[in-house]
Order: sequence, then structure tokens, then C-alpha cells
Amino acid sequence: MLNVLRDLLKYDGRFRVAALFLLLTLLLAALSWVSPQPPNKTYLVPPDVAPSLAYPFGTNSRGQDLLWWMAFAVRNSLMLGVITAIVSRVIAIFVGMIAGYRGGTIDRLLMSLNDSFVVLPVLPILILLSFLLQGQLSLVALALLLGLFGWPWDARLIRAQVLSLKERSFTRTALYSGTAPLQLTLREHLPFVLPVVFATTINNMLWSIGMEVTLSVLGLADVTVPTIGTTIFWANQHQALVAGIWWWLAAPILVAVLLFLGLYLLFSSVNEFIDPRTRLRRIGA
Amino acid sequence: MALLQLEDLHACYRTEVYGISRSVRAVDGVSLELYENEIYGIAGESSSGKTTLIKVLSGTFKPPLRVESGRVHYNFGSFAVDMLSIDPEELRQNVRWKQISYVMQGSMSVLNPVRKIMRTFEDIVRTHQGIADKKSFVEQTRQHVQRLGLPPDVLDLYPHQLSGGMRQRVAIALATVFHPSLIIADEPTTALDVVVQRGVLQMLKEIQNESANTVLLVTHDLAVHANMADRVGIMYAGRIVEEAPTAAIFQRPRHPYTAHLIRSLPSIGDKTIREGLGGAPPNLASPPNGCRFHPRCPLAIDRCRTEVPPLTTIAPQQRVACHLVTEAG
Amino acid sequence: MRKFVLSYLIPRIGQYLLVIFLGVTLTFVIPRLSPNDPVEQQVSQLMMSGSQVSPEAIEHMRVALTEMYGLAGSPWEQYWAFWGRLLRGDLGPSLSSFPTPVNQLLATAMPWTFGLLIPSIVISWVVGNILGAIASYYENNRVIQVVDVVSQAVRPIPYYIMALVLLAVFSYWIPIFPFSGAYPPGARVEFSLSFVLTVLYHSLLPLLSLVLIGIGGWFIGMKSLTSNIIAEDYVVYAENTGLPRRQILTQYIMRNAMLPQITGLALQLGMLFSGALIMEVVFGYPGMGTLTFQAVMANDYTLIMGITLLSIVGVATTVLILDLIYPLFDPRVRIQ
Ligand SMILES: Nc1ncnc2c1ncn2[C@@H]1O[C@H](COP(=O)(O)OP(=O)(O)O)[C@@H](O)[C@H]1O
Ligand code: SF4
Ligand SMILES: [Mg+2]
Repeated sequence: MLNVLRDLLKYDGRFRVAALFLLLTLLLAALSWVSPQPPNKTYLVPPDVAPSLAYPFGTNSRGQDLLWWMAFAVRNSLMLGVITAIVSRVIAIFVGMIAGYRGGTIDRLLMSLNDSFVVLPVLPILILLSFLLQGQLSLVALALLLGLFGWPWDARLIRAQVLSLKERSFTRTALYSGTAPLQLTLREHLPFVLPVVFATTINNMLWSIGMEVTLSVLGLADVTVPTIGTTIFWANQHQALVAGIWWWLAAPILVAVLLFLGLYLLFSSVNEFIDPRTRLRRIGA
Repeated sequence: MALLQLEDLHACYRTEVYGISRSVRAVDGVSLELYENEIYGIAGESSSGKTTLIKVLSGTFKPPLRVESGRVHYNFGSFAVDMLSIDPEELRQNVRWKQISYVMQGSMSVLNPVRKIMRTFEDIVRTHQGIADKKSFVEQTRQHVQRLGLPPDVLDLYPHQLSGGMRQRVAIALATVFHPSLIIADEPTTALDVVVQRGVLQMLKEIQNESANTVLLVTHDLAVHANMADRVGIMYAGRIVEEAPTAAIFQRPRHPYTAHLIRSLPSIGDKTIREGLGGAPPNLASPPNGCRFHPRCPLAIDRCRTEVPPLTTIAPQQRVACHLVTEAG
Repeated sequence: MRKFVLSYLIPRIGQYLLVIFLGVTLTFVIPRLSPNDPVEQQVSQLMMSGSQVSPEAIEHMRVALTEMYGLAGSPWEQYWAFWGRLLRGDLGPSLSSFPTPVNQLLATAMPWTFGLLIPSIVISWVVGNILGAIASYYENNRVIQVVDVVSQAVRPIPYYIMALVLLAVFSYWIPIFPFSGAYPPGARVEFSLSFVLTVLYHSLLPLLSLVLIGIGGWFIGMKSLTSNIIAEDYVVYAENTGLPRRQILTQYIMRNAMLPQITGLALQLGMLFSGALIMEVVFGYPGMGTLTFQAVMANDYTLIMGITLLSIVGVATTVLILDLIYPLFDPRVRIQ
């Protein structure tokens, strides 16, 4: 594991950039624990101060220091991403494994259900949902909800991985030699499935954090909780751009770009690392 | 004058991923000559470097495969070509398909799945000859495949509509549109069942008979060589270990490896279980010193472990690389 | 032919019906599972607005709203009625612009959305795929390497952020594009050259935001597909036969690599559509996204329901159309 990290750091520029960006975002998120400013209080500092040494990100029209506010925002957005990822991972692994290992009718049924969810435009449905729950949709609830919609792509990928593993010779040998299927799955296949799960996890976080931005901007999430999305919501409410308070938008945009780019580059770097073709070239065959 | 003079060819695959570099010396000092109007067979276990050798001979190698040293010299009568220094564009326009055509290993999948067979013929002919009159091109192509015993209607089909044997025949038909000086066929019958195999080989032999060109036939299946080849070269771990006219090599194989291969050929009515050769072919990333066959050779002597046996001519047209044979004189 | 119908056509149509069924059922179930009763919400909103209404009037309204939302009767009756209205194409009146039918609002908004979405998809799919294939086949091209880096940087950015950045840069910082809308406020919507040009001018930035992200995605996908296809036997063979590189790129590599990209397009339509909705909100573009925003702001429940249903049916139908076109490009599906 450490070796892998070292190799990636040494030989993959994308991974280095990703590590740097994610480190910065995590640092910012960590700042929230030492924040002198609670996220739900307003008018603590002079409003509308442009970025300066005293206020690196500036302050907003609600009298909040954007540095501390953004620290909470990143932390919350990340938390949402993680919760969603966990929920949707559980579903995706379950569906993908069952479909892959069982095959036959179960596979066909699950996959057509799966494909339906892939095709359905999630945003309007989520808007309808959050609209009906207006105001009562806490961050955690939103995360759980997104988790219920965020699995189908990944279930498909996991299923594909399982199918290709089933074809491999060690599976057949193990089956003939009488290893119990479940044991087999856990011992032999999990090391191959886990990297795929990890890669899809990152991708899923990208999706859910982006969705949160959208729903918050529409005012459909709990806007008192700082997130990247709610920051933009409040900036819009106060017409920050028109009023010339550009830093109110620049802060969330900057943080979002760091976070999204970091996650994406990590995803594509890991994805290439676990690509069977790369693997083949790495271990030689 | 030989059609091809190959001298001391060294080629290897070099890859580097995440800082781990590997070098597989797949062809390591091969020399041979091909003459006009012959079928030369190359045999050897899987991974012995046959395909790699062919990639260099046909000028179709690209990274990670690299030629380190050697000479690949062709004499096509009207002009000569040095494969390792020729300009790629000249190679493409004057040599590929017109002089050297190559039936790749795995010919089942060499046809573009979204193009009808006729279109593939069209692509090749248009590239190398131009098509002035579409109608006469179609007519000629139909005649060409018919002459090779293929129903001309296959031309209007897509690859996935053809059986494996049919696709292999189409690949051979494609390789012979221009009557090239050299046809290289890599494992053309490997994935086919016996009956279809025989048909494909028949077709290849007839083509050679008619146009008197050279065929370089590569297969691990010695039985095929026995029926097809005029001369046979045996490869082991990136080197040619023995080369002789077909009759000679089958009657009296000199190299212990060749002898083993021929002994393990199944013959009709024989029910004895053949003794296997212990061990596996060497890893070409770090081959053994001396004779590469020594870890598996039942006759190995001390010298074999340290000294590479040179490929020595022991009779007209017969070369062997084995200390025992050359020592015995 | 029979096999094609049985193993391709019928499953696709079945899948289409399943998507519609699931989508519509979800849309039906969600409000009923929600702890908030839209009728009560509406009523309390009216009472809070301070206008003097008699209790009878409120009761009357409650009944009328229950009827209108299809909340009268047992769940099964409601469900059937829901489908019935949907199949008749009756989405009820909009609450915020009462009594304008939701249908009519959607019909006004839809052309704007599709007018922007379809060109953006076509442009980014075509350009992204061409560049992606070139990138993989001509690895050392400088321009392509730049495109590669830009694509990687742009692809993960959420639609909202991308639109916001473009707006901030090109409308506020360097004010060369209009802030918002598809035409200046108060302009008459008509078919004249000058109006069309104005709309094009207003649409450029919204289009750009969709196209940038789109190209990034298709480029990266195509590059990875192509690097696989380059190693396919039929490509190596074409090179060995001495075909010109350009022909190999277009007719052997791209022609085959586009097949999974068509499927990919079908699978991503839902997301692309969602992206367009978000983009519209940022640019105030008068399509379905902005309509959604207005509906949310005005608490217009029927309108949101209508938008959701139309989105589901619209996206699913487009996917079906793509599925039906696909065999034209893939003989292995067409001729089995
Ligand atoms: N693309 C490649 N990259 C690295 N090594 C390769 C590649 N292709 C073949 N090899 C290695 O080269 C050696 C010779 O392979 P090959 O020429 O295909 O043998 P044969 O055709 O006799 O089966 C083998 O050890 C094989 O693993
Ligand atoms: S040289 Fe030695 S090891 Fe090699 S084949 Fe001859 S006897 Fe065997
Ligand atoms: Mg081979």
C-alpha cells in the first residue's frame, strides 16, 4: 500500500497535483475545528471587506469571515460526499455482486432496473423531493437521499469486474477444489473489486458534492449549514456580483475547483493504476 | 541470390511503468536466409519469439518492441530494401503488401467489424494500386476469391457473419491480391479444427505453387511443417537452435530440443504416454546463461551452463546449435 | 431480422417502458411519502398571506386542491387517475400563474432548453470525439497535449460552477457578454434576423459552458477508448497492409470507437439534461431550468411535477431514439 503511494507520487504528475489540492482542502476543513467563529452567527466581523491579510478570503455581507465559513463549508461538503458514497457503495456492491455472481434472470432483472436508474434524470426528481421537504432536509438527510440515487453507474462497473473475475482460472480452480463460494469471493476477488470500488467512490463524491451545490443554490437544502453550495446561495441572495463583493463567490469557486480537480485527478490516476492493461505492464506477463 | 538475408538480429520489448523497467529479449541473435520459391517453416513453443521475429521481418514493429542490432536485407529482384533503415513512407508505398504480405496471428479478428469484406479489399487495392474502374475492380476481386475456392458472396458480408475458417481464408485472399514476393503467415491454422485446417493449408500451398513466391510459415505445430515446409527452423527462447530441410529434420533431428519435439508428435495407433520435458521455457527477461536449453536438457554437460553454443553448419543446409553435436563433429 | 427484433428491439422498448414506469411511479409516490401535504402547505400559505378568507372558502379550496393534485380517493384510484391524466397529456394548471396550464408553460420553455442543449451535445460530442481520437493516435502533438490538460481540468467542474465562472469573467470582469436572458428584457420574440442574432449572442456563453464541460468529458472518454482500439488486431492489420494513417484513424479507429460513445451518450443524457437546467438558472436563460427555479421560488407544486414528468419522458424517449439509431452504425447488432 505504501509502496503504491510512493510509486504514484514519484511517477504520476496527476497524482502529485491531486495530493496537493486535496491536502489544501483537507487543511482548510481541519481549520473548522479551531474556528473562532461559529458558523451560525452573523455580523461578527465588519461586512464586505475585500481579501486582505486579516481576512484572507474577505468577509461577506452577513458579517462573517469567509475563511472560517469556508472551512466549515468544505468540511460539510466532504462529509456529505462521504456519507453519500458509503450509502451508495453499499447498494452498488450489493447489486453489482449479486448480479455478477448469480447471473441469469436475477442479473437481467437487476441490470434493467440499474439501467433505468442510470437513464432517469435525477435532478428533476431530486428537486421535486427536496421541494416537498423544504427546509426539513438536513445535510445528513440530503446525503442519504443522494446515496439512494448514486449507485447505478458503479453497480454496473462492479458487476463487470465480477464477471471478468469469474472467467479467470483461479476462480475455477478454487471452485473445483471445493472452496466455499463466499470464502472465495472474499479472499480471491475482493482485492480486485476493492480498487474499482475505491475509484468509483471518488467519482461518486464528485457527483454528490456537485448535486449539493445545485440543490443548495436553488435554496432547496438547509441553507443555514455552510457548504460550498449554500455559500453561493447566500452570495446570490445578496447579489454579491452586482454589489462588487466578488470574493464572496471567488472563495467557494476556488475551493470547489481545488476539491473537484483534486478528487478527479485522484480518480483518473487511480483508475489508470488499476487498469488491467497497466497492471499487466507493471507486473509483466 | 537470397530473397532475405537476416543477420544476427537482436530485438527486445522494453517497457517502463511506474519506474519498473523490464526488458524481454524476445529475439536474441537470429540469422537465416529465405530463398525464392520455397516454404520456410518456423517452429517452437509458444513465447519462443516467433511472432516477434516476424514483426521485425515484416517491418511492422513499434515500441515497446525495439531492434537493438542486426541486418534485415531484402532483394526483390528489381530493388533491394534494408528493413531497419528504410523510410517508413517508402516502406508503406513500395514494400507493404506489394512485396511482403503478412497474415497476422489471430487472423480471426483482423477484419474491421463495421466494414464489409469487399471494402477491406477496396481499401488495400485503392492504397497500393488505385481503382480506376469500380466495376472491373469488383469483378476482379470476385474472381480472385473464387480462384482461391471462396464463394464470392462472402465479399458482401460483414466479418461477424463468417466462420473462423472463412475469415482465415479471407485473410489469405487479402494477402495475395498483389502476388507478393513473400507471404508471412503466423499460426494461420491454430484456432481452427482439423478439417478446416487442412483446407486452409491446402489453399496456402496452392497459392505458393502457382505464384512461386516465398512463404514463411510460422506455427508451433510440427505436423503442419512436416506437410508444408521445404525447410524448417526450430526456435527456442529467442534463438534458432536447428535448421534443416524438412525431410532431414524429421528423419534425424540433431538438437536435443528438436528431438524431443519430434518424439512427442502423436502418431496414429500409438497409445504410450509421452514423457514430458521437465521444467518450463525460460523467462526471457532473465534467460539462463550458456545454452538456454540446458536447464531442461537431458544431455547437458558442464560446458552447456556457461558457453553459448553457436549455430554451426554441420551439413549442407543444416545448422545446429548444440555443444554435443558440434563436439562429436 | 427476427433475431434482431427479438434480441435487440424488444428489450430496448421494454427498457424504455420500464424507465417511464419507474420514473412516473417515483413521481407519484414521492409526494405521498413526504411528510408535507402539498394541499395543507398551499392552504397555510394562503392563510399566512394575510388575506381574509372565510373557513368555508378554505374548505372549498382544500377540496378543489385535493382534486387537482389527484389526492382524492384510495392510493390505487389516485395512481390510475395519475396515469390517465398523464396519458391525456393533462398536467393541470400552474399554481403560480393560475389558471395557465402547466403544459403551456412547458411548451414555451422547452424550445429554449432544447435549442441550447441539442447543439451543445452535438458540438461537444463531435469535437470531443475527434480530438480524443487524434490525441491517442498522434500522441506527440503539442496542441492536443494542451487540449488534454484543459479537458482534465474542465471535466470535473460542476455545471453550476463552470457557468458561474464564465458569467463572472465574461459579463462582469470583461463585460463582453450580456448578464442574463436569451434576449434583452422587453424585446419582442419574433422571427427576424436581428432577433435571431441577439438570441445567438445571448446564447453564446451558456452554450460555451455546456460545450466546454462536454468536450472535456467526451475527449477523455474517446482518448481512453482509442488507446484500446489502437491495439485491436484490425487496426494493427490495417497498419500492416500499409493503409494511409488518416484513413486508419477515421475509418478504422474512430468508426469503431464511436459505437461505445453513442451508448455513452444515451446513458449520460439524463446528466446532460440536468446540467443544462442548472446552467439556465445561472444565465437566467428562459428554458426549463429557469422555469424550475421560478416554480421553486413560487412554491408552484404542479409546475414542478409537470417539469419532472416531462423530463423523465423526454430523456427516456431520446435514449430510445438513440438506441433505435444505434444498429445503423453497428452491423453486428443489425445483422445477427
Ligand atoms: N507487447 C509485448 N510487450 C512485452 N513483451 C512481449 C510483448 N509481446 C510479446 N512479448 C514477450 O516476448 C516473448 C516472445 O513472444 P512471441 O514473439 O509472441 O512468441 P511466440 O510467437 O513464439 O509465441 C514472450 O516472452 C512474450 O511474453
Ligand atoms: S548445448 Fe548442451 S544443453 Fe544445449 S542442447 Fe546441447 S547438450 Fe543440451
Ligand atoms: Mg506467436
